[in-house]
Amino acid sequence: MENIILEMRSITKTFPGVKALDAVNLKVRAGEIHALVGENGAGKSTLMKVLSGVYPYGSYEGDILFNDETVAFSGITDSEEKGIIIIHQELALVPLLSIAENLFLGNENVEGGVINWPKTYSRTQELLAKVGLKESPSTLVGQLGVGKQQLVEIAKALAKDVKLLILDEPTAALQENDSEKLLDLLLEFKAQGISSILITHKLNEISRVADSITVIRDGASVSTLDCHAQSISEADIIRDMVGRDMANRYPARKHPTQEGHLGKTLMEVSRWNVWHPDALDRQMIHDIEFNVHAGEIVGIAGLMGSGRTELAMSLFGQSYGKNIQGEVRLRGEIADLSTVPKAIKSGLAYVTEDRKELGLILEETIQTNTTLANLDRVSSNGVIDGNIERQVSEDYRQALNIRTPSVFQKVMNLSGGNQQKVVLSKWLYSQPDVLILDEPTRGIDVGAKFEIYSIINELADDGKGVVMISSEMPELLGMCDRIYVMNEGRFVGELDKADASQEKIMSMIVKA
Amino acid sequence: MTTKETSTVVQSAPSVTSYLKSHMRDYGMLIALVVIMGMFQFLTDGTLMRPVNLTNLFLQNSYIIIMAIGMLLVIVAGHIDLSVGSVAGFVGALAAVMSVNYDLPTIVVVPVCLLVGLIIGGLQGYWIAYWKIPAFIVTLAGMLVFRGLTLALLEGQSVGPFPKSFQLLSTGFIPDVFGVGRPNVTALVLGVLAASAIVFLAARSRSRALKYGIQDEPFSFFIVKNALVAIAIIYLSYLLSTYRGLPNVLMTMAVLIAIYTFLTNSTTIGRRIYALGGNVKAAKLSGINTERLTFLTFANMGMLAALAGLIFAARLNTATPKAGFAMELDVIAAVFIGGASMSGGVGKIIGAVIGAFIMGVMNNGMSILGIGIDWQQVIKGLVLLAAVIFDVYNKQKAR
Repeated sequence: MENIILEMRSITKTFPGVKALDAVNLKVRAGEIHALVGENGAGKSTLMKVLSGVYPYGSYEGDILFNDETVAFSGITDSEEKGIIIIHQELALVPLLSIAENLFLGNENVEGGVINWPKTYSRTQELLAKVGLKESPSTLVGQLGVGKQQLVEIAKALAKDVKLLILDEPTAALQENDSEKLLDLLLEFKAQGISSILITHKLNEISRVADSITVIRDGASVSTLDCHAQSISEADIIRDMVGRDMANRYPARKHPTQEGHLGKTLMEVSRWNVWHPDALDRQMIHDIEFNVHAGEIVGIAGLMGSGRTELAMSLFGQSYGKNIQGEVRLRGEIADLSTVPKAIKSGLAYVTEDRKELGLILEETIQTNTTLANLDRVSSNGVIDGNIERQVSEDYRQALNIRTPSVFQKVMNLSGGNQQKVVLSKWLYSQPDVLILDEPTRGIDVGAKFEIYSIINELADDGKGVVMISSEMPELLGMCDRIYVMNEGRFVGELDKADASQEKIMSMIVKA
Repeated sequence: MTTKETSTVVQSAPSVTSYLKSHMRDYGMLIALVVIMGMFQFLTDGTLMRPVNLTNLFLQNSYIIIMAIGMLLVIVAGHIDLSVGSVAGFVGALAAVMSVNYDLPTIVVVPVCLLVGLIIGGLQGYWIAYWKIPAFIVTLAGMLVFRGLTLALLEGQSVGPFPKSFQLLSTGFIPDVFGVGRPNVTALVLGVLAASAIVFLAARSRSRALKYGIQDEPFSFFIVKNALVAIAIIYLSYLLSTYRGLPNVLMTMAVLIAIYTFLTNSTTIGRRIYALGGNVKAAKLSGINTERLTFLTFANMGMLAALAGLIFAARLNTATPKAGFAMELDVIAAVFIGGASMSGGVGKIIGAVIGAFIMGVMNNGMSILGIGIDWQQVIKGLVLLAAVIFDVYNKQKAR
C-alpha cells in the first residue's frame, strides 16, 4: 500500500534502573520528511541511537526493518553502509581540518592508501554545490559559522550516498535565515527521493516541512499524525507532548504565594547581560530580570540551549561568559559576585547540572566532598579537624539519607541519586541564602527524585530562596511557586503557580 | 537503619588475607620494597644492610626523596615538573660560587639558595597557573634554561671544595649527646622515640575510628603491621648507631616527610591540592583558588629542588656542570612507583618516599653486585612499568 522505508517495531531499551524506551513504534515512508517531537528526555535521541547502531543490536528489544528487510546494526558503520546517516546536535567535525578533509574523513578517496587530492577537491565542490554552500574546499571548518558547518555535515552525509537522513535539532543553534535555507534543502532532498527524520522543538518548522509527525513522551510513542490527511494544530501537538499523570509525584507543601505571606526579597537580578566567552560578538543572556523571595521556589523553564545554565553560572562567580553586565542585590544590598569565593560568601550556592564533571571529586570520599566548599568551617589555622569534619558529613549523610555504610565511601561508587545528595550536602554546608539548583533530578530514579524534592521543600520552609532550573516541566509545575520561561537567552514570560500549565509554557517557548 | 548498616560493616571486618587483598594498592609497594631489600641482602651476602652501606644508602638517595616529596604535590595537582634536576644543579652551582669564589658564610648561602629555588619555582608556576601554559612545556624550557645557566655560572668547570660548615649539610651526623660513641646512644634513643610516636599515632587514630565504627582493619593485622614498622625503625637505627649515628640528612628527610604528610593529610591547603588534581572544574566551582594553589605547589617544588641541590653539592663537595643531570627522571619515577596517578588527585607522601627507596635500593644493590649501568637502566625502567601496571590492575579489580 504505502512505500515504507523504515519501520521500528516495539523498540524497548533499558538502562540500569531506567526504562528509556518502552515499545516504541516508528514508521517512515519513502521520500517523506518525518518529524519526531517530544520533550527533553522523552527518548528521541535514544531511539535514534538505537536506529544508527550506537546502541548495537542485542542491547535493545524489538525489530528494525529498513527497506523491508530486518537489520541488525552492530555499530554506526553498519547503519551508514545502508545509507542511514545521523547528524547530531553537537556537530562531529574537526575544526582544524579543511572542508574537503572533513567531508571524506573515514571515507577518503584513496588509491593504494594514498589520498587522491584532485578527486577529493572536485567531489567536494560538487557536494558543496548540492547543499548551496559557496566556500573553497580548502577552508578550515573552524572558520565557518554554525550554519555553514551544519551544511558541511549534510554534505558529508551526501558523500556517503544517504537514503535516510536524521537531523537532531538542526536549527537549534541557527539564525532565522540559515534555518530557512536548511529547511528548503530538506524539501529539495525530498524531491530527490531522500527521506529524512527531523527532530525539533519548533512547531512552525514542522508545519512548514513535515509530512507526518510522531510524538514521543516518557519513552513511549504517543501518536503518529499524518499532516496531509488531517489538519493539525500546534495545540494538538503540545497536548500530546506534555499530557501525563502528575499525581503524587511531588511532596505536599504549603505554597507561600497562595497563602499570601511571602518572605522578603532575598535576591534581585537586574539587566543581566552576558556574552559568549569565546565568540565575543554572541550575546548569550539578554537583559534578564528576576527576583527570589525568602521561602520561595522559583522555576526557570526552557529547553536545552536556552541559556539557563549560562545564566546561573554567570551569576555564580562569573563562572561562565565574558563582558558580564548587570546588578545583583542580595538582601537588598548590591552584591559582589565576581569570583566564586565571593559569591559563596555572599550567600549564593550553585548546584550544577553536571555533577560528575563539575560537582564532585569522584576519587574522594563523601566526607571530603561534603566540606569542600566550606573547609574553613571545619578547620582552624588551616588545619582540618578530622573529628568535626567526620561529624558534619555524617550529619548530612543521615539528614539527606545518603545510602552508604560510611562517609568514607568514595563518591564514584554511589548511585546517581546519592551522588546528587552529596552535592546538595556540600552546598547546604556552605550555608547559602539562595540556592540555584540546575537540573537537580537529572539522571535520578523516581524514588530518589521524591527525596530530592522533599529536601528542596525543606530548604524553602527554612526561609531560603530556591531557584530551580529544569527541562522537565511537570517537575517545575509540581514544585515551584513561580516560573520564569526562558528562550534564547531571554525571559519570555512569568507565570504564577495558579496559572502555570505545560501548554502555556510550551506555547511561550515555541511562539517566542 | 544507620546503626544497622554500620554494624554490618564491622561484622564483615574481614580476615587478614581478604583485608590485604582489598588494600593491595596501599601495601603493595611497601611489600615490594621489603622483598627487594631481602633479595639484595641475600644476593650481596649481607652487604646491603651493613651499617656503612645503609648510611650510604640514605646519603645517596636523600636528594631524590626530598624532591619526590615536592614532585608528589605537583603530580597530585595534575601537573609535572621536568626542571627539578636542572634547578638542583643550578642551585648547587650558585652555592659553590657564593661559598668558594666569594667566601660567603654558609649561614648566608643556604637561605639565599633556598630563596632562589623558591623564586625559580614561583616563576615557572606563574606561567602554568595564571597563563595556563602546560607544565610540561614550561618546565621543559626551565630544564634547558637552568642547565645552561649552570654551565654559564660555573664557566664549564667544577668549583669546590666547600667549606666544612657547608659539607655538614650532607656528611654531618647527629652528635652523641650521651658521649658513648659506639654504639651511638642518641641514634638509638631517637629511633625508639620515632617508633613509639608512630605506634602511638596509629593506635590513637585506630581507637577513634573504632569509636565511629568505621574501622575495617583486623586487629591482628594492626598489631603485626605496627610491630613490624617499629622493629624495622629501631633495628635500622641500631644498625646506624654502630657506625657513625644518624646522618643530618636523615633527620632533614624525616622532618620533611613528617611535615608534608601532615600538610597533605590534615590541612586545608593539602586537601585543596587533592581536590584540584581530582577535578579542577569542580574545585573551582567550590570556591577554591586553583590558580594560587598551582602557583604555590610549583614554588614549593622549586624550594625543595634547591634544598636537594645543596645537599647533593655538599655530598660531592664540589659543584659540577653535570650535577642533577637526569635526576628529574628518577624523581618522577619514584612518585609513580609510589602509586600516584598520572591524571592527578591520587598519591601519598609516604608512597613517594617508598618509591624513591625502591629505586635507591635497586641502584645500590645492583652496583654492589657489579651490574653495569646499562642493565641497571633497563631493570629500573621495567620496574617502573611493572609498578604502574600493578597499580592500574589493582584499580580495575577494585571496581
